[in-house]
Amino acid sequence: MSNGKRALRLGIAGPVGTGKSSSIANICTALADEFRIGVITNDIYTDEDARFLKAAGVLPEERIRAVETGACPHTAIRDDVSMNLLAVEALESDFDPLDIVLVESGGDNLTATFSPALVDAQLFVLDVAGGGDVARKGGPGIGRADLLVINKIDLGPHVDVDVEQMLDDAREAREGQPVLGVSRKIPETVEALAAWVREVHARFVKGDHTPVDPGPMAPHFHADEEADGGGYMHTHEEGEAAHTH
Amino acid sequence: MRSRSALLVLADGRLPTGGYAHSAGLEQAIRQGWVNDIDGLRDFLRGRLHTTGLMNAAFAVAAWNALEEDTPTEAAPTSTSTAESSTGTDILAEAALRDLDAELIARTPSPALRRIGSWLGTLMLRSMRSIHPHPLLDAFPKDLQQPIVYGAVGRVLGLSDADTAATVLHEAVTGPATAAVKLMHIDPFQAHGAIIDLAYDLDEAAERAADFGRGDPAEIPALSAPLSDFAAELHEGDNVRLFAS
Repeated sequence: MSNGKRALRLGIAGPVGTGKSSSIANICTALADEFRIGVITNDIYTDEDARFLKAAGVLPEERIRAVETGACPHTAIRDDVSMNLLAVEALESDFDPLDIVLVESGGDNLTATFSPALVDAQLFVLDVAGGGDVARKGGPGIGRADLLVINKIDLGPHVDVDVEQMLDDAREAREGQPVLGVSRKIPETVEALAAWVREVHARFVKGDHTPVDPGPMAPHFHADEEADGGGYMHTHEEGEAAHTH
Repeated sequence: MRSRSALLVLADGRLPTGGYAHSAGLEQAIRQGWVNDIDGLRDFLRGRLHTTGLMNAAFAVAAWNALEEDTPTEAAPTSTSTAESSTGTDILAEAALRDLDAELIARTPSPALRRIGSWLGTLMLRSMRSIHPHPLLDAFPKDLQQPIVYGAVGRVLGLSDADTAATVLHEAVTGPATAAVKLMHIDPFQAHGAIIDLAYDLDEAAERAADFGRGDPAEIPALSAPLSDFAAELHEGDNVRLFAS
């Protein structure tokens, strides 16, 4: 998978308004001199996010392309990645060689994560204004994306959110996987985000990067009339064969 | 029995080939006030079936017939290495396919619809190459209109030409009917009822498409619907839209 011959494909998911586009702008601004970057946006309504990024001037316009997802942004990154895959491949081919392609999901909900068929790694974006308790709620994106970004940390005092508590909750939900508090107004936090991307890219190029799918379902119940108690609760460990539900 | 199962897979709207992002002109027809209620939807679907639906199905049949009868239908897991092989190009009849594509484009006045047809064709080809690796699909030209690709996919899946036509017709009405529930105040059960009401028409149109497609492609009637062409052009300039077309 990660043979370094094509660009690193990095997905950015998270609910509406948490700052996916501005995270991309932050990454591009910080890394534009180091890497050849392309961006695919997925909008709910036409190409709003692509226009935002073009207006931000963080990349040459022609390296930012919009994919329309027919009112179903989660389908376009999970169940039917065909449109995004073709768009990524076309971008890589038109601007060969690219080092990193960022794929921005249309703002959706807490359950939408990228298929491993589309991206090599993904970051999930929350923001403090969405509520301090959101990180605690967990879910595939919060719990198992390669990186969780808690965005707009400068707003904490204005929305009565204890940012440190929210970051701690997130670290607990992720069992030690990386969490970054970011504000575009605090340069060192943006640099930390860029450093994470730099590190993933280095692993990808060396072939050390193993894509992780945050998607597997939550613990669930099997009604089984032959077992004592009529059923059992379980989770799917990594590598365990999926079964039919 | 294989072809029956393959037919159902190809006709399933959940097949990941990007079609769900399109409403076949219905969104703009609603925006323009041409379709307002379930009766309007029924008329829209019937019109689509007997115009672009039938014509596209006829071209799928023509493409099916342009390919060799003994086209192997078994999957070829190592097909990437056979893409350039003489077998691939022999069975391809590339010149005939390009002529068919030109004939279909000549019957599609709207530049927007031509672009969309080519994009959907490329998407279907890209997806089917992964879903069912086959030398014919590997060697198939890019950028052809979707009905031409349907013809090739029908061939490699072992469908008859009439069943391939039925699949194109099915998509022509189920696409907009399922989009309708997101676009207007409409009962989803009624939307599917409208498809069932057209079952006889759809079956009959598949046979007619097969007859047209087996003859001289130049004689396939130009059954385009002028308002569909207008809708596609108007949609391109519409900045707030759920569906790509």
